[in-house]
Formats: sequence, structure tokens, C-alpha cells
Amino acid sequence: MTAIIYILAFVGGFSIMSLELLGGRVLAPYFGSSIYVWGSIITVFMLSLSIGYLLGGRLSMNRPSLVRFAMIFAAAALCLYPLVLTSEDIMTWVFERVEDPRYGSLLASGLLFIVPTVIMGMISPYSVRLLVRTTEHSGLIAGILYFVSTLGSALGTLATSFYLVLWFEMNEILMLLTGSLAGAALVALAAARWQARQ
Amino acid sequence: MTRHAPTGRLSTPPAVHGRPRLVTILVAACAGALLATLSANLSARIVHTERSLYNTILVDQRGSVRCLQFSVRRDQRNQSCLDERKPRAMMFAYTRMMMASLLLNPRPARILVVGLGGGTLPMALAELLETSTIDVVEIDPAVDRVAREYFGFEPGERIHVFTQDGRVFVKRAVQHDERYDLILLDAFNGDYIPEHLMTREFLEEVRALLAQGGVLAANTFSISDLYDHESVTYARVFGPFFNLKPWDSGNRVIITALDNLPGPAVLKERAAALAPELAPYGVQPEEMLDLFTTRVDWDTSARPLTDQYSPANLLQGR
Repeated sequence: MTAIIYILAFVGGFSIMSLELLGGRVLAPYFGSSIYVWGSIITVFMLSLSIGYLLGGRLSMNRPSLVRFAMIFAAAALCLYPLVLTSEDIMTWVFERVEDPRYGSLLASGLLFIVPTVIMGMISPYSVRLLVRTTEHSGLIAGILYFVSTLGSALGTLATSFYLVLWFEMNEILMLLTGSLAGAALVALAAARWQARQ
Repeated sequence: MTRHAPTGRLSTPPAVHGRPRLVTILVAACAGALLATLSANLSARIVHTERSLYNTILVDQRGSVRCLQFSVRRDQRNQSCLDERKPRAMMFAYTRMMMASLLLNPRPARILVVGLGGGTLPMALAELLETSTIDVVEIDPAVDRVAREYFGFEPGERIHVFTQDGRVFVKRAVQHDERYDLILLDAFNGDYIPEHLMTREFLEEVRALLAQGGVLAANTFSISDLYDHESVTYARVFGPFFNLKPWDSGNRVIITALDNLPGPAVLKERAAALAPELAPYGVQPEEMLDLFTTRVDWDTSARPLTDQYSPANLLQGR
């Protein structure tokens, strides 16, 4: 059971950084690839993750379960998918209203990425809650969890920038991420079922 | 308080024995590195170096020739050079080929240049076309400064510099319904290719900026896998184009127009008419006529570059 939670946290870490890297490509046609575009994206992701950690921790206080854990992944998938359909319209809307590309890129990356990233940020603290059995082991478990999810982030960055952009269109990669988050939700649900039967 | 003193006393003495060797090695290494750097630069005097947000800018001088480079590696090709004895002469084949775009429209009134470099192209065009106005888009303010200080670039009434990303400028210009008679894309000669300036959507935006009879010239790549992808992308947006490839250069220049391309007879006639005016810049249009070919020599099944798919830097490495 613990192995499954670690694997899911890995998927979460992978998706977060893959999405962040794609963010630069999503914004470039409208706001360029200047340093402030990356500044906007990183700001939005860091801010969203910090809020996600808070909310995830908060949520874990209320009858934590694998089913709810699965719901976090399902929600992330659901909120990621609209990017495929609406990002062009959102960026056009911002582009027409904000002349300064610094604030344009900040606003657009906020509108596009805050919701899915906040939700993905909830994964880590919730995982800790599901994994920790004793106070004694809590630090160890948190350490392993950071290791696994950050390793996922590293691989998500590498895979996306080295290979995925060479093989796939951006929307295809976004759908791939949506698919793996949805898959992670299903795995968590299956695990919950299996646990209930035990 | 009392605890600090003994630790200090304890840690100092061993250092006297242990460290000199290390220090000597470090000093020797630094001196060696310094000497190597100096000797590599003996032939060319470095006039100016600067690390800006986007480039490592280097200006060097060999005799009367001053050159601009955008990389730390000394073997990098120069971006732009100026011979102080013949300041107008264009020293690079690609710059002269960009000027050859005048054969498609000899008197452009509004000109857009994306990518400043040393400012050679906008200065020459402003001088040659006395009533033209030129908008230059350059992302790096440091390049603008260096061009003014070391390469005689002088913006003014007719030359305006916009410190912006090229794509953002173009999109905004489309929104404001601007039109240009000549657009020169010269942003593709550093180590890093701006991938969002290679895509079909970008070229469609550029096309929307062309006035009736407007002409586009782009300085791009002639080597690696990128050549096929890029050629397919330009052909998708503009149809047939002149593909100027000198045998001695890694650059190629694409010249195309909103309307039909002129035939050989028209080009020949215009080349003859423009030759005297272009001579001071070292541009000999009549000798470039052979380069005006629309022959398709790329793999037409290559995937076009789009905003969705544009791994230009990865493709160039292949």
C-alpha cells in the first residue's frame, strides 16, 4: 500500500514540473520568452504549490482516506484538461487587455496554472498523512516522500524538455499528463477497494 | 564567549603546515588559466565584453576590423563586423543577401527589422532609402547599447528601436493593424534559437503585417535537420520562396513576398538598376542573381514547426 502512495506522489511531482516547463511554451507566442515570462511562471507555480500544501494539510485533518486521495488526482486531471481547449482564448483575452508583457504573462500564467497547480500541491502533505503511522517515523516518511516526489519532478523536467517536446505536440503532452493523473486516481481508488476488502 | 577562543587557537596552527601547497596549486592554476586566456586573445584585441540578460557580448578588433560576437567560445562565428576603413561595406554574405530582398521591392517605405546585431542592415537601409522609416525590434538592451557605441548605429527620426521580444512586437502590430513593405528577420544567429519565432503561426502573423507588394527576408539555417522542418514551414505560409544559399556559409536567406515572385527578367532588370546604389555596401546584385532559385531541395515530408511543435534547438543538434 505504501509503495502505491509513493508511486502516486512520484506521478504528482512529474506532472507538476512537466506542466511548468510546458508553461513557458504555452506563453511564448503571446508574451515572448524573455526572462520575466519565466519569472511569472515560476512565481505562479511556487505560489500555487505553497497554497496547495496548506490546503492539502488542512484536508488531511478530515477523515483521511485513499478515496479522497484519489479525488485530489481526479480533480487535478479535470482542471488540467481545460488548458488544452481554452489556453489560446485566455491568452488572447489577456493580450488584448494588458500591454505590458510582464504583467500580461503574470496574469495569463495565473489564470492558466493556479487551479491545477494548487490541487497538485495538495498531493504531498496528504500522502504524508496516509503514510505516517507513528510520530517516531514521521520525519523519515516525510523525507522519503520529498525524495520520491522531487525525483518525479526532476524526471518530469528532463523527459519533457529532452524528449516529449520532440515527439509530441504540446496539447498531446498536456493530454498525456491529464491521462496519467486520471490513471493515478483510478489506481488510488483500486487500492482503496482492495484495502476495504482486507 | 569563553568557548570561542580555544576553538580559534586549535584550528589555526595545522593550517600553516597543510595549506601552502594547496594555495600554490590554486595560484598556479589561476595564473595558467589567465595566461591561456591572454594568449588566445593576442591576435585580436578585446574591446568590450558584457554579460547581458540574453547574450554574452564580445567586441573584438583585428586591425581596422571590429566584430561583434554573442558567445564566450572564441571559435564562434561573428554576428556583425565593421571595417573602419570601409564602414559601409557589408562583410558577411548573409547581410548582402538580406539586402538583395530589394530586388523584389526596390523602394520599401516602412521597414521592420527583427534582431539588431551591429545595426548594419537598418543603417544601410535608412541611408539608401531616404524617405523610409525603420522599426527595429531587439530583445536585448545591451545589444542596442553596444551597436551604438561600437558599430556606429544611430537611431533617430527614421530609425526606432523597440526593446522587446520579436513575437510580442509582431502580435501587437497585427492587433494595431500595422503594415510593412519590407520585413527582415535576423534573430536566428546565436547559440540559442528563439523557437517561438520559427513557427507557422508566427510566420502567419508576419505575413499579416505585409503591405500590398510587401517582402519578407529571413536569415536562417542551412544545416542540420532543422533545414527541412523550417523550409516546409515557410512553404506552408508563403508558398514558393527564393532560397539563397551561398556555398561558403552556414546561413541561407529566404526571400519571399505577399504577391507572386518576380521572374528572372524582372530580377535582372532591377539588379542592373540597383547595382550602382548598392555598390558602396559591397552588394553586387547582378552576381547574386544565380542564387535566386525556388528549387525545392528539402524533405517535403518533414513536420512543419508550429506553436504546438517547435523543438528547433533539439532539431538543430541533429
